[in-house]
Amino acid sequence: MPKVKVTRKSTTVDMTAMCDVAFLLLTFFILTSNFTVKEAIQVNTPSSISEIKIPETNIMNILVDPDGKVFFGIDKAENRIALLDEIAAENKLTFTEKEKYTFSLIGTFGVPIEKLKAFLNLPPEVRDMKENALGIPCDSLDNQFKSWVRLSRKINPEIRIAIKADQRTPYPKIKTVLNTLQDLRENRYNLITSLEELPKGL
Amino acid sequence: MAELNVQDKGGKKKKGTKKMSTRVDLTPMVDLGFLLITFFMLTTSMIKPQTMEISMPSKDNVPEAEQTKIKASKAITILLGKDDIVYYYFGMKEEDGTDPQLIKTDFSPKGIRDILLQRNAEIVNKIAELKKEKIDTKMQDTTYKRKASEIRALKTSPIVLIKATDDASYKNLVDILDEMQICNIGKYAIVDINEYDLSLIKKLNG
Repeated sequence: MPKVKVTRKSTTVDMTAMCDVAFLLLTFFILTSNFTVKEAIQVNTPSSISEIKIPETNIMNILVDPDGKVFFGIDKAENRIALLDEIAAENKLTFTEKEKYTFSLIGTFGVPIEKLKAFLNLPPEVRDMKENALGIPCDSLDNQFKSWVRLSRKINPEIRIAIKADQRTPYPKIKTVLNTLQDLRENRYNLITSLEELPKGL
Repeated sequence: MAELNVQDKGGKKKKGTKKMSTRVDLTPMVDLGFLLITFFMLTTSMIKPQTMEISMPSKDNVPEAEQTKIKASKAITILLGKDDIVYYYFGMKEEDGTDPQLIKTDFSPKGIRDILLQRNAEIVNKIAELKKEKIDTKMQDTTYKRKASEIRALKTSPIVLIKATDDASYKNLVDILDEMQICNIGKYAIVDINEYDLSLIKKLNG
């Protein structure tokens, strides 16, 4: 009887095709990506059927957490530095170049102006801790939030206001924020929401 | 891994140039590729957040003559209360002092939405017709939007006043603004609540 010859096939697979796919996907992700900017607090936005997308640039972010603490941030590093300069001039503070650089990297922050210097000198991991999410004072006695908004508008007249508030935030807290903005004659806002399906038949 | 070049040591050494395989093992490269893909997938946000655009009235004092007066017959006042409860009434306080009837409802589709759709039936129907027309005639998006906003601005449309009590949450506010969009109401305003409205709620709740 003749022996059955088992042909031994090589177990190696040609990786070239797989490599092509991997890099194709990689290119796609690099080109389409816009990085998620870390925000000072996690906010759970309410949902709406609105499908308007927020523009990518010229945005002033206002975050309001469930306790009514206000956080603030603008885009573009050079605008942030300009804003810090304005704030420093107004409050007779000085910031070192290093502090300015740190500030230009922070997406949104929530500390009173008095504590800003100390905040900027903290190591990044301490900065993100809950104890440092103090919120910007927004009451009638000491409305620092107002000056942040006013100066941001001065630096970038085209800036748009995006308000991102938690769904559990009580209405009076939102009202204080809106009232402050109305005082500054800022009457158009974008309320950031998550998408919800349009009810059927409408 | 992919290719193993076995050299036979015992054999005679070939003279001249050794023929090297031109194949390169691509496995580490694939590893690297997928590692980077994972990184980019995790750090990027593909979905841009949605926004709802609202305009608030300016706080400047508008002279009495230029203020827009609301016809009582067109007005619907919505009060946002505690625990997602909505109150509404039509019209205003009558001249003879009788209060408008305050009704309690909620955010369910059978609640405030039905009322608004009913009140706004004329415009809702027109928008529905326009939508049909858009599909039939393959109307441009911009024309559709223009026509839709024209319909919404019709004089017969109701005017909704949204007043939130201090017990309402931000979610309530967004929800009611959402209802305005769903029900195609073009004229609405967020107004501060006054004592009179609060007293109506109090009376209703006993």
